[in-house]
Amino acid sequence: MQYAPVPLHIPDGFLNIVVSLICWLITVIILAMAISRTNKSLGERQVPLMGIMAAFIFAAQMINFPVAGGTSGHLLGGALAAIVLGPWAAMLVMTAVIAVQALLFQDGGLLVMGANILNMGLLTAAIGYGLYRGTFGSSRSVKLAAAGVAAWLSVMAGALATGLQLWLSGTSNLQTVVIAMLGVHALIGLGEALITVAALTFIFQTRPDLLDEKSASAQSGRGWVIAGVLISLVVVLLSPLASANPDGLERVAIDMGFIEAGQSAPFQIIPDYTLPFLGETPLSTILAGAAGVLVVLGLVFVTGRALQKRSQDLKS
Amino acid sequence: MHADAFDRYHHGQSPLHSLDPRVKVIVTIAFILSNALLPDGAWIAFLLAWAFILFANVISGLGTGFTFKRSFIALPFALAAITVLFSIPGKPVTSFQFIIWNLTITDAGLLRFVSIVIRSWLSVQVAILLVAVTEFPKVIHALTHLRVPAILTVIISFLYRYLFVLTDEVMRMLRARQARSAAFTGARSGGSVAWRARIAGHMAGQLFLRSYERSDRIYNAMLSRGYKGELMTLHPHHFHRSDLIIGGLSVLALVLMQIAGRL
Amino acid sequence: MADLQTSVVLVNNLHFSYPDGHVALRGISLKLCPGDKVALVGPNGAGKSTLMLHLNGILSDHSDIEVGGVRLTRDNLPVIRAMVGLVFQNPDDQLFSPTVFEDVAFGPLHMGLPEAEVIARVEKALEAVKMSTYRDRLSHHLSVGEKKRIAIATVLSMDPKILILDEPSAGLDPRARRTLINLLRELPITMLVSTHDMKLVEELFPRTIVMDDGRIVADGDTKEILENETLLMEHGLEKP
Repeated sequence: MQYAPVPLHIPDGFLNIVVSLICWLITVIILAMAISRTNKSLGERQVPLMGIMAAFIFAAQMINFPVAGGTSGHLLGGALAAIVLGPWAAMLVMTAVIAVQALLFQDGGLLVMGANILNMGLLTAAIGYGLYRGTFGSSRSVKLAAAGVAAWLSVMAGALATGLQLWLSGTSNLQTVVIAMLGVHALIGLGEALITVAALTFIFQTRPDLLDEKSASAQSGRGWVIAGVLISLVVVLLSPLASANPDGLERVAIDMGFIEAGQSAPFQIIPDYTLPFLGETPLSTILAGAAGVLVVLGLVFVTGRALQKRSQDLKS
Repeated sequence: MHADAFDRYHHGQSPLHSLDPRVKVIVTIAFILSNALLPDGAWIAFLLAWAFILFANVISGLGTGFTFKRSFIALPFALAAITVLFSIPGKPVTSFQFIIWNLTITDAGLLRFVSIVIRSWLSVQVAILLVAVTEFPKVIHALTHLRVPAILTVIISFLYRYLFVLTDEVMRMLRARQARSAAFTGARSGGSVAWRARIAGHMAGQLFLRSYERSDRIYNAMLSRGYKGELMTLHPHHFHRSDLIIGGLSVLALVLMQIAGRL
Repeated sequence: MADLQTSVVLVNNLHFSYPDGHVALRGISLKLCPGDKVALVGPNGAGKSTLMLHLNGILSDHSDIEVGGVRLTRDNLPVIRAMVGLVFQNPDDQLFSPTVFEDVAFGPLHMGLPEAEVIARVEKALEAVKMSTYRDRLSHHLSVGEKKRIAIATVLSMDPKILILDEPSAGLDPRARRTLINLLRELPITMLVSTHDMKLVEELFPRTIVMDDGRIVADGDTKEILENETLLMEHGLEKP
């Protein structure tokens, strides 16, 4: 059975020590803030609530729906958790989920857990909450639309961060990994958006009090909107840059000493990031990206089929 | 779905089973760290690391091939590193055509790729062994002892406790959906993707509300037993001499690997 | 019955409405003495669970309720909760720790008792429910019947003056039910048990309180009440 359907869990060995430690540092700082802030918003109830919510996220990740030809859409849940629990509590909850996935099921490594928590727990919660929070006072449809966009962007942010970490560790070529990650997750993100919006619609109809302006989820301030928008902007701007014109990024990384010159040598398949016979045109860049996406999609297709078969075997 | 579906613990009486959980967690992390510190192509050190794993397998009483059989779980991710074969400059090893492109694998690229895969393969095995010889609640205790903030370990405890309960609910929902997913022969069925997504979303929403209300009842149960907002735990683990000896020897082995890796 | 000083539970004209307006309790008065074994019966929605949640202050902390001679107030809640052992209907809500030991230890631990005392109480409580070998088991591995008995142990470890159980025999197979009945018969503690299981009432409880629509409509000898077919039918109950 697939416990974590979204292919963002980096195993040990794929990130180098420096990248791992930097991610741990960021994660620890943000989690420390989350721990001190959750006390105030949820009060005494927080412990059983967050505990059950962690189990909920884990279980909800098993809810799927067939997309096409054996692949399924799934939920990562960071954005949803942030919208219903507030950003800080959601970060703690996602951290617990990621920790258990790594420890108990080896889905994601132990040393690289800091990066995984950052990608799947912190960024997703920040974007999910930040964009949603900006719609307070608006109609329900606006809120739901924002939630959908937030959910999609949160997945893309996680994917981009993962790609960048793999590149900075010298494990993957920047352009290929970013295109592959973003390509695959554009679809997965769509599934995330759809399920998130549908789940919120259900909650709005049955327990609107959990989502209104007085609930725990509304306690965090407008600063989150700024954070959410900023991160989204970074994702939106950085993605095409890394995909189509990674030179700039690589130059910066080399200058800052993150990677050695040897590791960022032009990818020999696609010299100068274009297809040989098309020459240097934006079209060829896009086609190069599309080719990468197709390869990965094919793999996702095959993997999805295999996973679906396994989950059926388990159910019987 | 059986209650055991999420358990990774294999019962036993070996020295590894009775080793203090804190030592096991620390050695596990130290081993993974050691792997990460080994340079590319440190074959002797990798071999020593593998010997360490095999030795641990044997003394755990779970069989020499225990972790090996389960070690391929992270392999699909190796795909992420594949580009490294072609992008590190070095002596060409082989060339071939892939659709319209000319791919050249270099020796440096091959070295790096294999090293990455080996590190990952070794690290995942020690993680598998950790939860195979340590009951998960004890792993959680170890984390608390090792100063992981209480609120996180408590959330993890709840997650572990209610994992089966909630996933069982999901399985029942999925089964109920499956039972109602009928089709007239010859006709198209299944609705649109958007519709299916909506149903899935409603299941998630339903699960969320049930979970939320369950957490209310659990909170009441905690209140009834005196919970005032601060969680207390007992720390029943005490170090024995054997724990310190095994821990020390393991660290020594890791240091030897590091030396071997740089010779 | 004896004077105020020796009552275990004393409720005086309790009224309660939920925030959404639903009136759940309309003037409940009752008195339980040490050693009483009382069944609480009535149709769903009668207010049985609501009443039980008042007895340890979960629903309201300023009602006219006394437990063990102590008046229930906000400040007294920790003391009250040590005296009232409330066991909920769904054992999955009651057992919230990963292991049996941790669950049974939760109560005494939060009472501030020293570690050695906590461990002693856990062992005593497990022995009282005849499940000493379950000490290190994982809660989610247990069957429903086993969970229900451990749930009782989780409150016994607090050494309460009264045990209050909500539907203890619900969902149990005949064997587990029989084990539970034997256990309840042997526990030498004041009990208030809410149940639909009329045979259980007949077998174990000399006194029965019948509730309906937020009121107590009968309170007395079980045999008499179970013979009164009109009363039973009027309040949605059946003779066992």
